[in-house]
Amino acid sequence: MGVWIAVGVTALGCYATKLLGLCVPQGLLDRPWVQRFAALLPVALLAALVGQQGFADGTDVVLDARAAGLGAAVVALLARAPFLLVVAVAVGVTAGLRMLVG
Amino acid sequence: MSSGNSTDDGVTGEQATRSAGDRAVVRDAVGVGLAVGLSGFAFGVTAAGAGLSTVQACAMSLLIFTGASQFALVGALAAGGGPFTAAAGALFLGVRNAFYGLRLATVLRLPRALLPAAAHWVIDETSAVALAQPGRRRSRIGFTVTGACVFAVWNLTTLAGCLGAEALGDTARWGLDAAGPAVFLALLAPMLRGGAERATAGLAVVLGLALLPVLPAGVPVLAAAAAAPLVLLLAGVVGLRGKRRAD
Repeated sequence: MGVWIAVGVTALGCYATKLLGLCVPQGLLDRPWVQRFAALLPVALLAALVGQQGFADGTDVVLDARAAGLGAAVVALLARAPFLLVVAVAVGVTAGLRMLVG
Repeated sequence: MSSGNSTDDGVTGEQATRSAGDRAVVRDAVGVGLAVGLSGFAFGVTAAGAGLSTVQACAMSLLIFTGASQFALVGALAAGGGPFTAAAGALFLGVRNAFYGLRLATVLRLPRALLPAAAHWVIDETSAVALAQPGRRRSRIGFTVTGACVFAVWNLTTLAGCLGAEALGDTARWGLDAAGPAVFLALLAPMLRGGAERATAGLAVVLGLALLPVLPAGVPVLAAAAAAPLVLLLAGVVGLRGKRRAD
């Protein structure tokens, strides 16, 4: 049930956000500081999500196979690999390391 | 194309250039649709690995239809976050779509009656293609074709990912728990051009991990969003000082 509530709230909220942008009068969101904030907000959230989903186990911070996978993804990104390859490299290295360590 | 003596030549020439341009937009749009839509497979697998049912994962792709928010929602639910905490993180990530909409509204100039339908397709990919086009006609084609392609492929590959994960069994054994953070990393990387962006990202990681033991599941990520206003505030203070010194 909790999952469905989360899906419903997110779906309604995300739709409202998209529609708001199309309908809101120009100039209201067109201020420099609003634009700066809107550009930085996803940066903060995405970085926090990388940290949490890559290095957290419950409430503990851990370095495991995922960290190695993400490290490999960073190398792939620096080599300008396409999106899917970056994800595939992270998955492959994580799986490979787990297989090696047992 | 010669400058043309008769008006007929001029018109045909214009039409030829126009349809070649239209074809180029469609090609771009389909390409983006196929490439980005394929990460829907990763989403389906991640959702299944997080314990969501196939129906729940497919409902998310159909109704939420904005990738980063969906990955965030699944991650937050898997980490044991409550439904509203999890939704809040996903909604914060969706805020950027409002700013895409703002720019799209001026470029596409859609009739008011079409706005509610068009809104569902206001995402990273449709905005990127539509805003890159010269002229309203091509922007509209880009928006519509990209929207249709990404929507179709994203939903089909979500389903395929869920079914595929079922066949794979333990998704962690296949390293698929690394897919979510890798997707975020790949989305984040092109945003890290300036110092403010890098500072925000670094501060957010530290805040998010440091607050893990103190706050309930899912909340540390929301609290880490405070990195954005903090860095802006600091940049403002430093900027003012710099200006004063320059005076």
